[in-house]
This record gives sequence, C-alpha cells and structure tokens, in this order.
Amino acid sequence: MSVDARALHRRKVWRNVGRYTLLTVLAVIVLFPIYITIVNSLLPARDIFQQPPKFFPTDPQFGSYREAWNAGHMGNYLKNSIIVTVIITTGQVVTAILAGYAFAILEFPFKRLLFVVFLATLMVPFEVTIVTNVSTISNLGWYDTYAGLAVPFLATGFGAFLMRQAFLTLPRELRDAAALDGYGHWRFLWRVAVPLARPAVAALSVFAFLAAWNQYLWPLLITKDDRLRTVQIGLKQLQSVSIDQVNVTFAGAIIAVIPLVILLLFFQKHLVRGLTAGAVKG
Amino acid sequence: MGRVALDHVSKRFDDVAAVDDLSLDVADEEFLVLLGPSGCGKSTALRMIAGLEDPTAGTITIGDRVVNDVEAKDRDISMVFQSYALYPHMTVRKNIEFPLRSRKVAVAEREQLVRDAAASLALEPLLDRKPAQLSGGQRQRVALARAIVRRPQAFLMDEPLSNLDAKLRVQTRAELVELQRRLSATVIYVTHDQVEAMTMGHRIAVLDGGVLQQVGAPQDVYARPANLFVARFIGSPPMNTVTGRIDRIDDTLVAQIPGGHIPLEAELASAVTASGVDEVVIGVRPEDLRFDTADGVPARVSVVESLGHERHVVCRLDDQQLVIVRQDAHDVPPVEQSPTFLVADPAALHVFDPASGNRIGV
Amino acid sequence: MAASGVTLTPARKRLRRREHGLAYLLLIPSLVIFGVFVFWPLVHNVYLGFFRNPPFPGLPSKYVGFDQYRDVLTSQTFVDSVKTTFLFAILTVPVGIALGLGLAILAHQKLRGIGVYRTFFSSTVATSVAVAAVIFGTLMNPQVGLLPWLGLTTNPAILQNPDWALIAVAVVTVWQTLGLTFILMAAGLQGVPDELFEAARVDGAGAWSRFWHVTLPMMSPTIFFAVVIGTIFALQSFGQIDILTQGGPLKKTNVLTYYIYDTLQRQSDPGKAAVLAVALFFFTLILALAQIRLLERRVSYER
Repeated sequence: MSVDARALHRRKVWRNVGRYTLLTVLAVIVLFPIYITIVNSLLPARDIFQQPPKFFPTDPQFGSYREAWNAGHMGNYLKNSIIVTVIITTGQVVTAILAGYAFAILEFPFKRLLFVVFLATLMVPFEVTIVTNVSTISNLGWYDTYAGLAVPFLATGFGAFLMRQAFLTLPRELRDAAALDGYGHWRFLWRVAVPLARPAVAALSVFAFLAAWNQYLWPLLITKDDRLRTVQIGLKQLQSVSIDQVNVTFAGAIIAVIPLVILLLFFQKHLVRGLTAGAVKG
Repeated sequence: MGRVALDHVSKRFDDVAAVDDLSLDVADEEFLVLLGPSGCGKSTALRMIAGLEDPTAGTITIGDRVVNDVEAKDRDISMVFQSYALYPHMTVRKNIEFPLRSRKVAVAEREQLVRDAAASLALEPLLDRKPAQLSGGQRQRVALARAIVRRPQAFLMDEPLSNLDAKLRVQTRAELVELQRRLSATVIYVTHDQVEAMTMGHRIAVLDGGVLQQVGAPQDVYARPANLFVARFIGSPPMNTVTGRIDRIDDTLVAQIPGGHIPLEAELASAVTASGVDEVVIGVRPEDLRFDTADGVPARVSVVESLGHERHVVCRLDDQQLVIVRQDAHDVPPVEQSPTFLVADPAALHVFDPASGNRIGV
Repeated sequence: MAASGVTLTPARKRLRRREHGLAYLLLIPSLVIFGVFVFWPLVHNVYLGFFRNPPFPGLPSKYVGFDQYRDVLTSQTFVDSVKTTFLFAILTVPVGIALGLGLAILAHQKLRGIGVYRTFFSSTVATSVAVAAVIFGTLMNPQVGLLPWLGLTTNPAILQNPDWALIAVAVVTVWQTLGLTFILMAAGLQGVPDELFEAARVDGAGAWSRFWHVTLPMMSPTIFFAVVIGTIFALQSFGQIDILTQGGPLKKTNVLTYYIYDTLQRQSDPGKAAVLAVALFFFTLILALAQIRLLERRVSYER
C-alpha cells in the first residue's frame, strides 16, 4: 500500500472503532436490565444485590427456576397464556381471513359502511368496554375461564384490514381462472387465496400473538383463580409472593420472556411486515 | 475543470475483485465513457472516484490533488445517478439549490446560479413543481441541473439515460454532448450501451470483470479492438468470429475454417507465425464481407433481414455457425436458402489468439 | 356491481344474491364479536354513567342523568388524573421515538456484524409490560435494588417519591417499548433509497444536514404513524403502573386508566368508572384527530 492509502486506512480504522464503541455502549445500556435479571436469577439467595453488586454468576444456581416454575406456578401460568394466546391468535386470523376476503373480493350492499364499522373498532379504546364486558362475561358464567379470557378478542379491525390489503393484491385473472375451473368462493379462499397471502397471514399471526400474550388489564379483571392466571398476572403474583426471594422473581421474569424470544427468533421478519403495513397506510 | 486520474486502483470485496488494478487518465474537458456489461466494475470505479466507496488499493487524483482520504462532499465533483435521486419532498428549485446551500453560498448568488442552471436545461417553467409531477425526461434534466449548478471539476454520470424511453434517449444523448461542449466540462460517463459510448465519448474505456480491456477513441476501439471481448462487445451487429487452424497452402499462410480457408496477407502472416499459435480466431465485421459467386468461403444464405436503409443477411457456414453480412439497401439481395461464397477484405481481418483473446498483429 | 344497461337474468340475480349472502356470512363472526364486546359496551358505558352507585353494594343504583358526568369530570382528582396522563404521554412518546430513530440510524450503517446490534436493539420487544415492571421495580427497590450502587438514591425511594415516581414509570415504559419502536423505525429507514443519501453526500451535505434534509422528510410517514399510535398506547398504559406504583404516591401516577381500574375494582363504583372511561375515549379520539390534522400536513408522501 502507498503511504496515502496507509494513512487513510488508519483513519478508517479509528472511525470504525469509534462507531463500534458507540454501538456497543448503547447495546449494553439497552440489554443491561435483562442481563442483570438473568445474572440475579442464577445467584444464590445470599448474593442477591449485595453492595457492590455481582455482575457474573460464579456459581450459577438453577434452583430459582425450578422454584418459580413449580412453587411459583410459572409453569402453570405459562400453560394458560399459551392456551389463551393460541386461541385468540387463531380466532383473529380466521375471522380476519373471512372478513378480508369478503371486503376484497366480494361485492355486496353496504360494503363501504361495513368496512368503516370494522375500522371504527380501532378507535374504541379498551377501557371504555371493560365495565360492560366484565358484567357480560360474568353473566355468561365465563368468569375465570379460558372462554372469558379469549372470546372478546377473537376479531379485530386491524386483522381484517391487513388481510383485505393482502387479498386485494391477488391478480384478477386468478379468480377468473378458478371460476372457470369450477372453484366456488369458499374453495378458492382456502385453496388459493390464503396460501398466496401467506406472508400477511404470518405477519398478522405474529402481531396477534404478541398482543394477546402481553394482555394485562383484562386477565386481571376476570380471573381470580390462581389456576387460570396468565403469565403476566402470574408474574405479578410471583413477585408479591416471593418478595424476599429476588432470584425467584427474576427467574419467573426470564421464564415469561423466553417464549417471545423463541417466537421472535423465527418470526421477526413477519413482525416487521405487520408493522409497516400499518405505517404505509398511515 | 480538471483531470481525473486513477493509478492502479483496485476494489476487492472479500476475494472478489470488482475493480482490478485499473489505471486511467481522464484529461481536462474530456468526455470519457466507461463501457462494459453489468458487473464489470464500471459503476464501482465511478463510485470510487466520487468517494462513495474506498479503494482497496491505488490512488485517485482529481485536479492536482490525491483525494483518497477526501470525503465525497469535498472532492468538487457532481454525480448524476441512474435513478436521478431527486429529493422528493423538495421543489425543482430547491433540488437544484441544495448543493449550494451545503456550501454556504450567499443567497443572491445562489438564486442566480440556480436560474442559470435551470435556463441551460430549459427548466424555468418547472421550478416550483415537485419531482413527482415531472416526466422521466424532465426529472433527468433536474438531476443534470443540480449537477452543473456548482461548476465542479468533473461530472460523474451513472447510466443516466437507461430509464428513458428509446426516442427520448436519442434526443437526450445529443443534448448531453452539447452540454458538455458548452460547459467545457470533464465528464466520466458509465454505460453498458455501446451505441451511447460510440456516439458520445472522446474516448472509450472498456471494462470486463473489473479489468480494463482497452481505452481509446471510438474509431480506434472499433477498428482495432485489443481483444476478443472488445471486438464482440462493440459494433452492432457484432463482429463475426470463427476459429481456424493455421496451415500453409502454396506458400501462403491460411486459416482453415469449416468449409474453406482464409488467406492471411504478409504482415498478418508474419505476426501470426511470430506468435507461435497453431489456432486463431478470425474476426470480420459484417460490413467488411461481401458475396461472391465462385471465390471465398462457402456458405448458405439463411435469413435476409431488411431494415430499410440496409440489410442484414444471416448465413450459415458448413458447420452451421452463423455469419452476418451487412449489405447496402441498393445492392442485390441474395436468395434465402441459396448457396453462396463470402469474401472479406484482407485488410479488414482481425486475428486473435484463442487462448488469451488478445489481438495478434497490426 | 351491475353495469348500466345490462339486464340481469334470473340466474344472474340468484348468483348475485348468493354472493351477497356469502359476504354477510363471512362478516358475521367478526360483527358478532364487535357488537357484543365493542359497540354495545361503548353505548352501554355512556348509559351506565347516568347511574350513581350506592356507597354500599347490594342497594340499587340511582338514575341521576348528567349529574354524575358533571360531578366526576369537574372533580379535582379527575383533573389531576388527566394532567398526569398527558404528562406521562409527553414523557414517553417523544423520547421513545427519538431514541428509536436514533438507534435505527446508528444501526443502518454498513458495518460488519451490524445485524447483531439490530437484534440487541430490538430485544425489548420480547419483554412485556409486566416483565419490564417487575424487573425495574426490583432494580429500583431501595433495599435490594441497584440504585445505591449507581449513586442514584433519593429520599424517599424513587418509586415512593412523588417528584420522581412518574418519571421512573416513564423510563420503564420507554425501555419496554424501545424494541418495537426501533423495529418500526429501522423498517422505515430501509424504505429510504440509498441513492438519496449518496446524492446528498456528493452534494456536500454533512451528517446533520443529511439527517435534516433527507432522513427526517423521508421518514415522516413512519414517524407520524409512530406518534399517533404511540400516543394512543401511552394513554392506555396500565400494567406498569399497577405493578410499580398503584397510582401513587399521592396519586402522582394516577393516570386515567389506573383511575378507572381503581374506581371499578377497589371502589366498586361502575357508574363513576364508566364516566371516566367515556372521558378517556374522547381524549384519545380528540388527541388522535388533532395529531392527524396538525401533523399530516407536514408529512411528505412521495410518488
């Protein structure tokens, strides 16, 4: 290399060192709470938050996880969350597919009005519905049941909007060809339209899963029985029960995080797509 | 204005060399075309001159200073991008003005420069529109106006005509050349279109696989291609090439090709012998071939394509290889499927070494 | 629909009607859910506000018309709660978006291994509000927490401190939503053509100028979306307050959602809760519409 190129190279290296340093510092700041949680979940009880704090578990104890899972009921809470979330996600996706197809492909009177009705649901904040919904659920006898936790959320305007967008991009000729081949709407929907709209279905699924998993206020209102608690409320319960066993509380927090980490490891791309679908429309 | 020089410039990505040891000197006020197929490194070379990429080796000089560690904004060059890269949220006026604002030019002077640039590209009526309201050709002129408003030392253009429709492209080609002459500007122009290269450049630099194949005036590159790649890339319809065995018939060096032989005249023959090859690739441009009734290489007329002002006659040799002959419209057209003979002007023969692809002889 | 001039044969009419029927059938599941759990509660909620609840459960509630609305909406607690809610939104939305955008810009550089950093910055999307609250709640605990080590002690402790509690909750909220904001901003940044940045570089624009003249305008639709949605979510924050401060200390974190919950569950006063919920609905709606009206003008949609 010539002298000039060497000097330039040196400058470039320093510039990159600066960039990586900044990035690393910020990443450490962002990750620190989770990191310290993992560390503390593995510390033996006596080491928790001694001053100065320990930043690395020299003698990791996994007992806190066992404790959180069994005695702390996190295993049970996790099971409940998974069941409820899967029910809600499936429901939202199915109703969204049905409604999206109707709005995108079919023609019928009051179509525009009904679409506005669907979109209007996005404008209604959850809190306005809780008073009535609690009593509705109670009257149906669904207090402390999976049904009560899931049924109010089986349909969303956002889902219908997303699937309508996806189905609108299907070429007209596909529908015509299918009609000539003797496919009615129902078979066309499930055999052709949905497979082709797979990215949108995946995006909606991830989005719905995330939202359902993170629900807090509703489970708090309609479950009292510890056996039905979802993982978010369960974590709150765990914290108040093991107030002096921080390692157990933290183990519970990590347990609550892991399923989402797994989900996002595989489906991060779809989450992005779901988000940008909203942003593009504005 | 100024000269631009690349001295043994390379750009490697891992172990692939996008640009391999490129040395090129662009003179002041010269219109130099970087020509080559996609992936040949021409755009990478342009971006290194602009400062958008750093070379892995070599030095780049603009004017009289080495600019390797000078940032793009301080290199005193402008660039016209293939997609024009106009700022969509700014009016035409603001787009043209933008390079001046970055350099803190006084307001009054700015307005004058913008007006001048807009005038030279007939953009005055469009100054308050946004790019979304303009046609492709208009957007391209805005991109040009933005480039010229600063009077940089050199203009870099990356396939600026490729997004225009064919008719507009021809018209804009001429306008670009006029603009360059008017501004006495140094222009480095990247394209994959050899017609653009031939018609616009003072010199053409042909690249393939990151390596410079040949640099010279259009006529030189056309008449004396340095290797097979250049020979086949430049010229439309492309040069006919045929591989032949070297042999002697009656004291004359010939190349044996399917169905016949091509005699090589004295200078060419001695160059071939000197190179020691026993196989050559003979190249002949379609306009240097003519039909004969008895002499020459036997061939069969396959398809006669009439273009109005000229004719392309596609023929097949004995082994079905295609040879294209260009005929003037006034000549008598041959009959399709009829046998004929092809004769080439011996001075118009190009001979290449099949192994290296390089030109042999004069 | 029917092209003008085309008469419909009975067969076509039947086909058309069948299509209508199918469409309604497809919409019914969603509409039933919406009807029962969204629209009916909305209407009923307004109606519930007309009934004042007795101080003792079991006694009938009394129709008071708009009196309850007037009383609740003019009460000092309500006004304070609204102020707290807005303050909370101001503390969380701009900061969250600025941080998300800043990190997205940093993670947009073409560096080796930048993907790893993008994963790190989006990691908080795996946390829920409860997880974040539990973690930070413990970290900010005066006995077992981390603050003494950092030198950030306050008296009283931060979550019981009326001056700092809301800020603490805001910090937790910003951290928890950072992942999602980052992902949204990063996706928006991807949509900006690289050539625009390159043209700006060649045109002589430095980093700040490029941010102001290219990044910000091109990102304006995404930022606009983030502001509107972010505000709506901020106004509906609940979980972290329930876990960290329960509306205290001294009602300094008593945002409207918590006030509603507290009124409904602890005070068993559905009538009052209904009034508060209607208030929240209107604030959300007005704020969203105001933002759309004010900001959409400044958003540049190209093409």
